[in-house]
Amino acid sequence: METATAKRNSQAKETMRRFLKNKAAVVGLIIIILLTLGAVFANVITPYAFDKQDLVHRFELPSASHLLGTDEFGRDMLTRILYGARISLFVGILSVSVGCLVGGALGALAAYYGGKIDNYIMRFLDIWHSIPSLLLAISLASAMGPGIGNAIIAIGLTTIPSYARVVRASVMTVKNTEYIEAARCLGANAPRIILRHIIPNALAPIIVQASLGVAGAIITTASLSFIGLGVQPPTPEWGSMLSKGRQYIRNYWHLVTFPGMFIMITVISLNLLGDGLRDALDPRLKR
Amino acid sequence: MGKYIGKRIISMIPVLLGVSLIIFTILSFIPGDPARMILGDEAEEEAVQELRDDMGLNDPFVIRYVRYVKDLLKGDMGVSYVTNQPVSDEVFSRYPTTITLATVSTLVAVLIAIPIGILSAIYQNTLIDNVSRVVAMIGVSMPNFWQGLLNILVFSVYLKWLPSSGFSSPAHWVLPALTIGTSGAAAIMRTTRSSMLETIRQDYIRTARAKGASETTVIWKHALRNALIPVMTVVGLRFGGSLGGSVVSEQVFSIPGLGKLMIDSINNRNYPVILGGVLLIAFAYGIINLVVDILYAFIDPRIKSQYSSGKKLKKHEGKGE
Repeated sequence: METATAKRNSQAKETMRRFLKNKAAVVGLIIIILLTLGAVFANVITPYAFDKQDLVHRFELPSASHLLGTDEFGRDMLTRILYGARISLFVGILSVSVGCLVGGALGALAAYYGGKIDNYIMRFLDIWHSIPSLLLAISLASAMGPGIGNAIIAIGLTTIPSYARVVRASVMTVKNTEYIEAARCLGANAPRIILRHIIPNALAPIIVQASLGVAGAIITTASLSFIGLGVQPPTPEWGSMLSKGRQYIRNYWHLVTFPGMFIMITVISLNLLGDGLRDALDPRLKR
Repeated sequence: MGKYIGKRIISMIPVLLGVSLIIFTILSFIPGDPARMILGDEAEEEAVQELRDDMGLNDPFVIRYVRYVKDLLKGDMGVSYVTNQPVSDEVFSRYPTTITLATVSTLVAVLIAIPIGILSAIYQNTLIDNVSRVVAMIGVSMPNFWQGLLNILVFSVYLKWLPSSGFSSPAHWVLPALTIGTSGAAAIMRTTRSSMLETIRQDYIRTARAKGASETTVIWKHALRNALIPVMTVVGLRFGGSLGGSVVSEQVFSIPGLGKLMIDSINNRNYPVILGGVLLIAFAYGIINLVVDILYAFIDPRIKSQYSSGKKLKKHEGKGE
């Protein structure tokens, strides 16, 4: 037992060391942490409220009092973007969790039982995957109605196949190893074997897929609210801010520039983080 | 080969049926009544109910679905609730626009991505490589519609070079194609680079160099051809994806393509058009995948021999991704 903990520690340390050596990934992580802090403490950081209208100061360009300018109602852009980060990160993380849980469960079942069950599940997921994902998200979101919760579920459900594939592949590689056989001999039942023994050993590719998945989910969220589905005004969301800004694109450049810039920075950071995690968790996967 | 193609096309039927069932189910949950939508808010409840009966909306789910599939097999995709035109006319009248956009933007993507990807691999870890990798990273991280907005901002609002909306002349194609193309280029460039890096380390490349072939011959004749297969997969996927209508980009540039039709139809509860459109998209996607798989055979003789011996058949029955 003691050697097992010692080994796990050193493995974690080794992973950590590999991750920290990757400067791009560390920068990505730092930006994500800063952004998360900015989102969580948005109400402390900024003196403005996200829905406070100030009709005297409409469409102001960036200045000392409004760092990123104001929108068509005179609301401070930076404030709205920070509050928007709350939505984006929240929806991103939760929808990936939905996709991970549902997709992971399906993938694990398919791989563990194999045969017919595997075949049915994977055929269904192939069909699910052959519907363009944004279109699927749009249909699901409009079927469930507007709202953040429904957007999360809709976006999460469209990503099921990729998690199912990753989990299925990982489970298949570990399920025939000797320690699983040992657990089975000791009388562990299927859920216990899957949850306690297989999943922890198949975690690395799932973590990587999830961190890249958050980036994709953030873009999908923004696209959905750009079209007018998902998060509804007056809640500030990056996609809907861009969609509003589009109406004023002829006269005011700042409305369509800054929200998108924040989407891009967030997504780049998450991608760098994901790439770094992949290289650190499993050096064999390194391109 | 012919047998293989036939088998692949037949294997698309259950997929399309599955897709239609999924979309049909999702649509039946969308709140809002198409009959009410057609007649308007002021219509009498009785009139609405009558229309629902006429449209068959009051029948149970299973009956409606079976009827839809039966009509579909006869080539009838139903009638649009909004225009009363057959769905097939409606969808196919939009399709040339989407196909043009998909083709032009894929072309843009390939022309940008493959040369840069090759250079990036040949000069690995030099300035060219690093710059193009950073640009590609930025490219995949930009939401498509935001890039579209920026392109409008720069090229049509400030420089006034190009129109910002519509699709009536080639000048209108430039910005959308650039937008969709450059985001595709990022993915294609990354694949070209890594595939090329792998290929130029192979023994046969060393052999080619050793026998005295010039560097150009080595790269263009020996390496590129072998490195091209994964690249083609990505290009095919991108093209297949954009055949589905770049939903958001079409919205940004107000292009009357399939994507915009789908969004409008979802807003109008125009179920038959949504169903027909999604089926057409899934079908186009399947065909593109098939074409890519067939093209492999032309690039790589090893794969061709597999087709004729029939070994590859089992593996490729699924979606072939």
